[in-house]
Formats: sequence, C-alpha cells, structure tokens
Amino acid sequence: MIVTRQKGSLLVGASGLILLLSTLVFTPQNKLIILSASMLMLVSGSLIYFKEVYGSSLSGIKNNGVWFNALTAKGIWGWVLGMTLTAFYVAIYWFPEVLGFNSNGTSSGFVSLFDPLSYVLNGNPATQWFLYGTLYTLAILIFGVKFIWKYRHNRYQIIRTVSVMFFQLCFAFLIPEILGKLNPETPYFAKDLKNMWPLNYYFLDQWHLKNMLNGGNLGLVFLGTGLALMFLISPILTYLYGKRWYCSWVCGCGALAETAGDPFRQLSSKKVSVWKFERWMIHVVLVFISITTIAVLWSFLSSNKSMSIISREQFVGGVVVFILILMGVLFFWKKDGLNKDAKYTLLSLGIILIAVLSIQAFSGEKNILFINSYTLQKWYGFGIGAAFSGVLGVGFYPILGSRVWCRFGCPMAAILGLQQRLLSRFRITTNGGQCISCGNCSTYCEMGIDVRAYAQRGENIVRSSCVGCGVCSAVCPRGVLKLENGPLENRINSENYPLGNTLK
Amino acid sequence: MTSNKPKSSIVIIGNGISGITTARHIRKQSNVEITIISDESPYFFSRTALMYVYMGHMQFEHTQPYENNFWEKNKISLVHKRVAKLISEKHMLAFEDGSSIVYDKLVIATGSKPNRFGWPGQNLKAVQGLYHKQDLEQLEAWSGSIKSATIVGGGLIGIELAEMLHSQGKKVHFLVRESSFWNAILPEEESEMINQHIRLHGIDLQLETELKGIESNEEGRAKGVHTTRNEFIECQWVGLTVGVSPNIDFLKNSSLETGKGIKVNSFLETNLPHVYAIGDCAEQTEPLEGRQPIEAVWYTGRMMGETLAKTLVGEKTKYVPGNWFNSAKFFDIEYQTYGTVTSTPVYEEEQQLFWKHPKKNNSIRLSFNPSTNTLLGCITMGVRLRHSVFDEWLTNKEPMDSVIKNFKTANFDPEFYPTYEKELTMEWETLKRHNNP
Repeated sequence: MIVTRQKGSLLVGASGLILLLSTLVFTPQNKLIILSASMLMLVSGSLIYFKEVYGSSLSGIKNNGVWFNALTAKGIWGWVLGMTLTAFYVAIYWFPEVLGFNSNGTSSGFVSLFDPLSYVLNGNPATQWFLYGTLYTLAILIFGVKFIWKYRHNRYQIIRTVSVMFFQLCFAFLIPEILGKLNPETPYFAKDLKNMWPLNYYFLDQWHLKNMLNGGNLGLVFLGTGLALMFLISPILTYLYGKRWYCSWVCGCGALAETAGDPFRQLSSKKVSVWKFERWMIHVVLVFISITTIAVLWSFLSSNKSMSIISREQFVGGVVVFILILMGVLFFWKKDGLNKDAKYTLLSLGIILIAVLSIQAFSGEKNILFINSYTLQKWYGFGIGAAFSGVLGVGFYPILGSRVWCRFGCPMAAILGLQQRLLSRFRITTNGGQCISCGNCSTYCEMGIDVRAYAQRGENIVRSSCVGCGVCSAVCPRGVLKLENGPLENRINSENYPLGNTLK
Repeated sequence: MTSNKPKSSIVIIGNGISGITTARHIRKQSNVEITIISDESPYFFSRTALMYVYMGHMQFEHTQPYENNFWEKNKISLVHKRVAKLISEKHMLAFEDGSSIVYDKLVIATGSKPNRFGWPGQNLKAVQGLYHKQDLEQLEAWSGSIKSATIVGGGLIGIELAEMLHSQGKKVHFLVRESSFWNAILPEEESEMINQHIRLHGIDLQLETELKGIESNEEGRAKGVHTTRNEFIECQWVGLTVGVSPNIDFLKNSSLETGKGIKVNSFLETNLPHVYAIGDCAEQTEPLEGRQPIEAVWYTGRMMGETLAKTLVGEKTKYVPGNWFNSAKFFDIEYQTYGTVTSTPVYEEEQQLFWKHPKKNNSIRLSFNPSTNTLLGCITMGVRLRHSVFDEWLTNKEPMDSVIKNFKTANFDPEFYPTYEKELTMEWETLKRHNNP
C-alpha cells in the first residue's frame, strides 16, 4: 500500500516535470493552464512522495542506503543529474535562447511559460532570470518540506529550515519582484536585502551605486541597509551566533545546499589536502573581490564627483585606516597565540593594502595595476559569480557535494569564517569522552570538516568553514556534539586526554 | 637522525582503539620504534561503526579515523599479519606465515571474540557473530539471500544487528533470554521502553526465549532455529550475539598467565616482564571498587591505552579510570549513563528519581545515596547530558538538591529542544515529601 502510494505520487510528480520541460521544445498555447497543471502535479506529487517515504517510518536518522544509491553515491544517476544541472546552468548564463529567451522581442518556450506568474509579480514578461529564480525558490520550498519530514524529531533542523525557506521565498523572490513592480520608474538595483557584499559582488559597482542613488528613498534604504549589514549587523550577529546565522539560516546559496543539496552532503572531501586547498582558494577569492571592489569604487569616485560625498583620496585614506585598524586588532590578538588562520588574514589584508596604495600611486582614472577595473569586474562575474557559484557550485552537487561554492569560492563565507574563528561565541562542543570515532559526523559534514578528528580527542570544533547546519550533532549516535554560543574563554580547548581518565 | 636513534622497540598486537591509542600517545612523547600488528585490517577503523557500513550510512573508508598516510608520517609501522605464538623467552612473536618479529616491550590488545555456547548447528554456514571486519564481510556476502534472520542474545550487538538487518528489509526474529531487553543493566521502565520501541520497528522480539539448536539445509546452511519455546523459526541467517570473551587463544601455550582474559595488575603489567595487556582482552586482578575485572567497552580500552603509553615512555602510571560512563543507541533512542545506577537497587544503599515523558521516548533517572542525599549516577533515554558536568558532580558527591537546581547546566541536547528541568524538579519535590513526610 505504502509502496504503491509512493510510486503513484512519484509518477504524478515526474509527469509534472515532464510537462514542464516539454516547453523546451514547444510553446504552449495556454501558458496559464500548462504552468498551473505542471506545477500542481510537480509540487503535490513530490510532497506526497516525501510524506510517504519519511512519514511512514518512525522519526530518527534516515541515512539507510545513502551509499548504495546510484544517485547519492556518485553512481550513474549522480553523474546524469550533475550533467543535466550543469547544462541547465550553462544555458541560463550563456545560452538563454535555448530556453526560449529572446532579448529583442517576445520569448517563447520554457521561459515564456512563466509569463503568467511574471506578470502577476512584476508586471513584465518572464526572463531567463525570472525562470531561474522561480525554479530555485520552488526547489528550496519542496526540498525544504522534505528536509523537515526527514528531521522532524530535531527542532533545530526544523526551525533552521523554515528560516531558509522564508528568506528565500520572501526576501529573495517575492519582495524584489513586487518592489520592482511598484517602482517601475526607478533604475534597476538588487532588491534582495539579505544579499550583501561580497556575495553580491556588484553591490558597490558604479552602475549599481548610481542606480541606488538615483532610486529615490527605496534606493537609499537599500544602500543604507546594505552598508549597515556589512559593517554593523553582520559582525554583531556573527559574534553572537557564528556565521551560521547567515550561511545556514538566511543565505540563498545555503538554502539550496541545505534543502535540495542535502542528499549529497556526504560527498564533500574530508582530506587534509583538500582542506589546505580550501583555505588558499577561499582567501584568494576574498582578496580578488576586495581588490576589484576597491578599484571599482575608485573609478566611481573619479568619474562621479558630483554624486560622491567623499573624494577618492578620502576614500583611499579611509580604506587604509580601516585595514590598519583591523590589522592592529589582529596583532593585538596574536599575543594569545593566534594560529594559521590569523596569519592568512594578515597576509590577505596586507595584499589589499598594497593594492590600494598601488592604485593611488600608479593608476590613471580607471586603471588598477594597469588593468581596467571593469575588465577585472567582468572576469570576476564570469569566473566566480557564474562559473563557480552556479555551474560548479550547484551543477556538481551530485559529484562534489552540496557546499562546493560555500567552501571554496564564497568570499562572504571567507569573511564570516575569519570572524567566526577569531571573534565569535560559537563553537561545537565535544561531550567529554563519549566519542566512539564512528565517523558519522565527518561523513555527513557538507563543509568537509573532519569533525571526528576533534571529537575523538575531546576538543571543541572551532573552524572558520563551519556553517552550523547541526547535522553532525544530529547524526551522532552517542550525543557527543552540541552547537553552542558561549564565552570566548576556553572556546578553543585542546585536551590531551578525553574526559574519563584521571590522567593530566 | 643518528643521534635520535630509537633505543628500543615497542610492538603492539591489535590495531583497535586500545592499541592505536597506546601508539599515538607514545608517539606524542617519544621517538621510540613502534610496530602495530593486525590481521584484521591494514588500518585502524572504528569497530562500533561497522553497523553503519552495512546500513549504507557510510563506506568502510569512513570508519577509518586517520588517513592512510598518517601512520607513515608518524613513523608507526603497520604489519598486516596474524600472530601464531608468543615466545617470551626470546622476546619474539611468531607469525602464521613463518616469519617473526622481536620486541623490547610488547602490548597485547587483541580485543574480544563472539561467544558460542555449544549449540547444535552453531558452526553451520550463515551462522555468525558480529565483531570483526570479516564478520561484516561475511554478513554482506550472505545478505542478498536473507529473507528472514534470527538473532540470539539481547545485548548491544544483538540490537545493532537487528537494526542493521531491518534496515535492509529483512524480517528479524530477536531471541532474548531475559524477561526484558538488557534488564541486567537497564531498570524496568527503560528496558520496557526499548522492548516497545523494538517491536514498533516491526522486529519479532521474543523475550524469555533461548536457542535450542540450528537446523541445516542440504547445503549445510542454516535454515531455521528451534527455540526453548518449542517453536521452529524459519530463517536463512542466524546471528549469535550472546556476549564476547577475550581473544587470547593464540597465547594458550605461552607462559603468560591468563584467566578469562590476560591477567594484569593495576599498571596493566602481565606476569611476564615487558609484556602488557590492555582493552577487552585484559583481566584486572585487582579491579577498582564497583568495577568489573573485564570491561569490554570502547572507552576503557582508550583509557588503558592512554595510561599505558605514559608507562611506556618512562612515567610509570597506574590505570585509574574516572567515574563510569557509557552510551549506546537503540534504534532511534539514545542512551547515556554516568556513575552508578543499578537495575534493581538495594533500597538502603540507592534510591532513584525517575521521570519519563508521558508520550515520547525521553526519560531521566538519577540515583542517589539515601542517607547522604548525594548523587550516585544517572541514566537517560533520548536526553543528552554533559559529561564534564556529571563527572564533576559525581566526583564531588554533589547533593541532589543542587543537582536538580543546576540540572540545566548538564543539558546537552541541541538548541531549541524541549527541556525537562521543571518536570524533574516536580518529581524530586514529590519524592522528597514522600521520604520526609
């Protein structure tokens, strides 16, 4: 009975998906009917399916057969899905006409299918980006419900998942579309409030700043909020709760990874060599985006003197002072035995500082180190913004795990991570001597942290990459791990012998 | 490097948690030559995690806590051979393949092996225990042809096996000698909670039932079991999980003094000079008060390893485990214990405070000394408690009033979980009124 209902609901969901994708080859006459019908089938079919799968068994950890399944263990279906997703991303970014998008006129096919929804929300026909945003949000909602079913015994997971679903649906999807509709005259600027720099790498670009400054009160609100998030709200929240407040509670990339990406979390590599690569990679991206942004701001201030409240010399002076203060703070901390991560920070900041001074000394109006800042920005957009975060980040979920982008490429995660490591109350506490080194925690860590390596020594886990998803704690069979916020003293402990012995 | 030339060599038999912990802690403090011998697997893995490999939660590689190059990096030699004989006069171990190795100091950490009690048919095909890596491989080989399985013995490995086979859709019959699951350790209410939970998962739990014999099919494979209830249960596989005993058969003809296990004093020394035994295979001749001579659990193995490493680097150290603690998971219910909680306490020596959630599988039991009202221990189901706090309370013989008042500090459940301090306090007040009317 259960099995037939499972199969039945799967069939309904699959039919909905096929109907949806059929618009890749033909443009429907009545878009509203096809869109509603396919969505209804897709959503109801998959939701009933997940309810049958998880609801029919007792609540608890549901990892049976994860490594036997060709979809979740890098088998043939994993590769098929990976290639399909990658193809979709390539089409969205570089060949939207394949999906029916027509930049010079009326779109057709897949893109145009979403016209009815697009008209309701923003008053315009659908673009490939509207299509993408809709499917992205839909995936988070459907797989979010699935995740909640799967972890229904765990309140932390339920609340966290409701949070990412809420932020995606409202902040990333509905509010920007509706604000766009209500303010048709204002020039375009990003209206996803939570999407701060440097995740939104063009936030401080010339065109974006101009549009916000020309965007009336709304534009000023977004500019103000964006800056407040960067310099005030984010540091405070990260201090109190660790970077999880953003990465696994609010962020859209995190939301997709935690919901649709959940079946693939175990595929992240736990090798020490990969960790080493990760540290270099993510900080290089951070330095790159910082240099790019400073250069772009320099150009903006050079060419828009009337719109600027500060001169470019003041700006550079400000950046230099800001970085010197940061470095001073870090050097002050170094007395307490700062480790590798801190050295990376100092190095990164040093490079930025030198770069800024180089602009001042060598460049003309638009050039940084003799490279056009817009070329730099374009390459960042192509390489990091599109290829890394989309194609590799999501397309390779079934091959490299769900957090490839967050782990290796996200400059936002890098900043929050540095703060998490150095100045935050967050840690994962190890419960004395209870660890049995089974490896569930490490296996299911999406960020590739070898959690067990710490737990079996009785050490707390204080890693800059930890997004605080809490799954290590959930899958632990012995109640060893707890995500906690607490005082900074003894946050990073290194016990010689796990609790239980009388040895010192 | 010539100046650092190692003076002596330490050979460890067994690469389980005890042997590996010894090696790691020696290496932290000394550059002495270390060799670890194991026939079971080339690299250290977590035995307790074998179940998750069968269930598809992990691959075998995930159960290995260290990357393969860790051992070479730390200059720990691994020998993948089986020891046939100990020739202590020559400080030598003879391998089954005819080769041998010489040691200056020897650590025996060979763990346990599953018990078999001479049942008819116990050596048939598809009859096995679950302890070694090879047991897992055997089970995996049989698995495809198992429709229903019988597990004999209601201990921790028995219930793990039940969960494993159930996860792959096998019908599981679970024979338990006792009147309730694991009730030598678990008090009545907790034990009953697990009984119900096992049955809710669809396991055929048969209490007060023992194995009489196993019947064979024409290929010499188990085809069913006869129980002491005179029932015949058809099955294609039989799991024998009636406890474990020290794995020391290879020492039979040596001059090493053995009982159930290898006899060791509180310094983990055997009767032979420079030979030590730790972990499941060691039998304490003078165990600490309230502790068993053989404690075959992960944690004591690890602690013995830590202790012996100190001795072996020149700081002779007594094995003094701290307050008792343990944990397990019964299907979906987590179990933790600290200190002493007796399943059937003597009223004058131990009283218990018990709270259970009216609907869910959460319970807390605190035991205390009724004459001093100080904490003796606890057992929780579905509630995680903080080891460090309980360890301190047990050491300090914390008064119960203070334990109840500060119970929140011992909570280790994930954030946002419901807390039970209020309910526990009410139970405590009721019990106090009852005791001092």
